[in-house]
Amino acid sequence: MNNKLSVKTVVAIGIGAALFFVCGRFIAIPSPVPNTSITIQYGVLAFMASVFGPIAGALIGLIGHALVDASWGWGIWWSWVIASAVFGCLMGVGMRKVALADGVCGKKELIRFNLTQVVCHVICWGVVAPVLDILIYNEPVEKLFTQGLVAGIGNAVTTAVIGTLLCVAYAKAKPQKGSLEKED
Amino acid sequence: MINIFNYIDRPSPIHRLTGATKLVCLLLWSLAAMVTYDTRILALMPVAALALFAVSKIKFRDVKAVFWVTFVFMVLNNVTVYLFSPEHGVSVYGTRTLLFTIAGPYTVTAEQLFYHLNLILKYFASIPLLLLFVCTTDPSEFAASLNRIGVSYKVAYSVALALRYIPDIQRSYHDISQSQQARGIEMSKKESLVKRLKAASAILIPLILSSMDRIEVISNAMELRGFGKGKTRTWYRGRAFRAADILCMALCALLLAVSILSTALRGSRYFNPFI
Repeated sequence: MNNKLSVKTVVAIGIGAALFFVCGRFIAIPSPVPNTSITIQYGVLAFMASVFGPIAGALIGLIGHALVDASWGWGIWWSWVIASAVFGCLMGVGMRKVALADGVCGKKELIRFNLTQVVCHVICWGVVAPVLDILIYNEPVEKLFTQGLVAGIGNAVTTAVIGTLLCVAYAKAKPQKGSLEKED
Repeated sequence: MINIFNYIDRPSPIHRLTGATKLVCLLLWSLAAMVTYDTRILALMPVAALALFAVSKIKFRDVKAVFWVTFVFMVLNNVTVYLFSPEHGVSVYGTRTLLFTIAGPYTVTAEQLFYHLNLILKYFASIPLLLLFVCTTDPSEFAASLNRIGVSYKVAYSVALALRYIPDIQRSYHDISQSQQARGIEMSKKESLVKRLKAASAILIPLILSSMDRIEVISNAMELRGFGKGKTRTWYRGRAFRAADILCMALCALLLAVSILSTALRGSRYFNPFI
């Protein structure tokens, strides 16, 4: 794995984690269920994972989320940190055939992006996070699944809004592959 | 600018430990707190953590703000656990000692109270050490520590980059936010949720796109300097282990061993006074 990480991926992980941190820490909208707020960092994570691939996605989720937790002081909630990493990884896998960096972002790609992100959110907050919570903390099952459900729905909605906007804006800013023509 | 990773430089034995030692100790300690629900061990750990705080010369007022956030979080978590499952303790401990009933399904049992005590102790067992780690470890030594405990140096460098660029990105977020507000974007509570989400994206898009450019610039600079060519790298802030470091790691390993052994010997994670 060491050799597969290109310099660009290393930097993308670092900057991505910093972005995840800033978004998760300073731009949060409280939700009615305790300990769970609607935050927009998953839109950023989904977007970064789509551009830089599964390894970058997983590590951005892992490092970014661990830093957010450490800075709040409620202890690093490993079960959710791992769920974030899984989300980044799955998102990268699901989007690996879409070349956002080449400026390709039409209707088809956006539908793919949103389907992938909804499926990933369901897997992560509906399954991974609560199951790990049960294993590590053994709290009541209903509470964990409700927390997971609220977090999952909130994240899926914000990812749909923010992630889609980011993909469109990023693809527009990139020159399309083959958009230049050689003059005779 | 708020200083989030609140490193406090004071001469103390804990500060003199290498970052790698503190990281290993933190991981072993957190694992020990995670594994066990043994009330006796969980009660011992906060006492030990307080003693460490005294040794490290970190004062309560240094961590006051974070402490209260944690406290509120803990109370909320306990309340939710109770609201969702007022008899969780009964299913955990297998007996039922009814004290009194509040209303409907909301009974108060000795088992439930004991379960909450354990839950609270679990917080007090694991969080002080994390705070201590954050307060006594120089962030720039952290990457070297990660590499030391076996994390690939490229990943360790990513963490270093993240810590290095958090203040920068925070600053550009602030700048973009202010200039967008000057153009009439409303972010305050007066606006509806959807409008605020939209406003957030008006700030986010310039922030992300400029960060993408930043990735390009930094990776070019690192590539030019030959980053990633060697199998290992040295760290400016790396330090060698000394006797005190090894002693601390051994003690924390012992703690984890006790925690796992007590769980394995009893065959359950819970210390049960009700049988």
